[in-house]
Amino acid sequence: MSQKVLLSTKEIHIILHRLACQLLENHLDFKNTVLIGLQPRGIYLAERLTKLLKEEYGVKNIQLGFLDITFYRDDFRRGEKSLQATSTHIDFLVEDKKVVFIDDVLYTGRSIRAALTAIQSFGRPQEIELLTLIDRRFSRHLPIQPNYRGRQVDAINDEKVKVMWQENDGKDVVYLVGR
Amino acid sequence: MSDLSVNHLLGIKYLNKKDIGLIFETADHFKEVINRSIKKVPTLRDITIANIFFENSTRTRLSFELAEKRLSADVINFSSSQSSVKKGETLIDTVNNILSMKVDMVVMRHPNPGAGIFLAKHVKAAIINAGDGAHEHPTQALLDSYSIRERLGDVAGKNVVIVGDILHSRVALSNIFALKLQGAQVKVCGPKTLIPKHIESLGVTVETNLKKALEWCDVANMLRVQNERMEVSYFPTAREYTQQFGVNREILDGLNKEIVIMHPGPINRGVEITSDVADSSQSIILNQVENGVAIRMAVIYLLASKIK
Repeated sequence: MSQKVLLSTKEIHIILHRLACQLLENHLDFKNTVLIGLQPRGIYLAERLTKLLKEEYGVKNIQLGFLDITFYRDDFRRGEKSLQATSTHIDFLVEDKKVVFIDDVLYTGRSIRAALTAIQSFGRPQEIELLTLIDRRFSRHLPIQPNYRGRQVDAINDEKVKVMWQENDGKDVVYLVGR
Repeated sequence: MSDLSVNHLLGIKYLNKKDIGLIFETADHFKEVINRSIKKVPTLRDITIANIFFENSTRTRLSFELAEKRLSADVINFSSSQSSVKKGETLIDTVNNILSMKVDMVVMRHPNPGAGIFLAKHVKAAIINAGDGAHEHPTQALLDSYSIRERLGDVAGKNVVIVGDILHSRVALSNIFALKLQGAQVKVCGPKTLIPKHIESLGVTVETNLKKALEWCDVANMLRVQNERMEVSYFPTAREYTQQFGVNREILDGLNKEIVIMHPGPINRGVEITSDVADSSQSIILNQVENGVAIRMAVIYLLASKIK
């Protein structure tokens, strides 16, 4: 099994700042905007960006929620094992808000499809955007594209993109893992 | 990711500790779902569930039906009083007829112990036992333990007394299995005539003095006096039962700690428990009902995910 560094710690940090600035450019004071980290892996990126926006760019009162999409997935009963849920924490309504979905890797787009359905349980958003750290080009099963992307990569289906975070895995780094 | 070790929920006896942990964890997520303004998820939209009740039930049946609907399953209901069972149809025939309408899961309550086990052997569907005679009522025991866990943090190490008609109670048996599996100590308390012989072999102790039992416990689960199952008198009068085994405010105030009061319902107010106790902050009776929906959603979800 081969493993290649796709993004180093330094590169990740530069990209996080860029993504934060891009969000800022479009949402200014975040008064009508909510950030939604997608469980299980998108929450680290969402927390990081929120922290950056608060501490480095002085944005106050950013609303951050975590959304679990397990019960909305389209592959229930199709896999070997049952799908285990993680928790949802959204203690605000998204009615008429601008929602930004945040996930680490965009691959087939099916998780985002599920998230689009799931978020409707919390109201009707004014609009929904998508931010991902890694965009795996040419592997989409659905017509879904990110509004903000960290890095676009061409990975073949056998390869896996592994995003690691300091708080969970001990180090900020993104690997491309081959067979 | 893990799976249940069983394909049917026939009794707590067939579960292991990990299964219970998984059901509770899944129920936590569903509890969040049913407290949203939109209380529904589309997960089971391709699953059809038949609720077959050969015995009366209000809360269990409503709770199952609600759980199924919250998961977006299609639901059909059947009760023996309005059916061909009255014309002499056998259980297997009845169920197979229902299954030929492409039903994936059966929730059944039946007056005969082991009815669910029998059905699981003979028909092709996931079976959930919603009470079989005086045998088991697994989802009730799961929601009871879940409610204890919610109130006291954990079930392990807690002292639980089950008070009342142990002899006829499927709730008692399932609760004993579930509580022991999770590491709680269990006592049963009631008139000697209503405590089965050799119940100690299940690892529980017997106490016939209610006061002593309550002093010992963290949680008291008050069972209903099941008049419909008593063809002979097990105690002289309901009044005498109340005097010896009924819980009232005075008894609770006399204890040196605040214990948790549970009741599987329906309550005979003034018999096993007085109204002021049932409606007090010590009682988690209504939490049990709320948790019942989340627990049943978890069980249905986990079993449905094993249907291929």
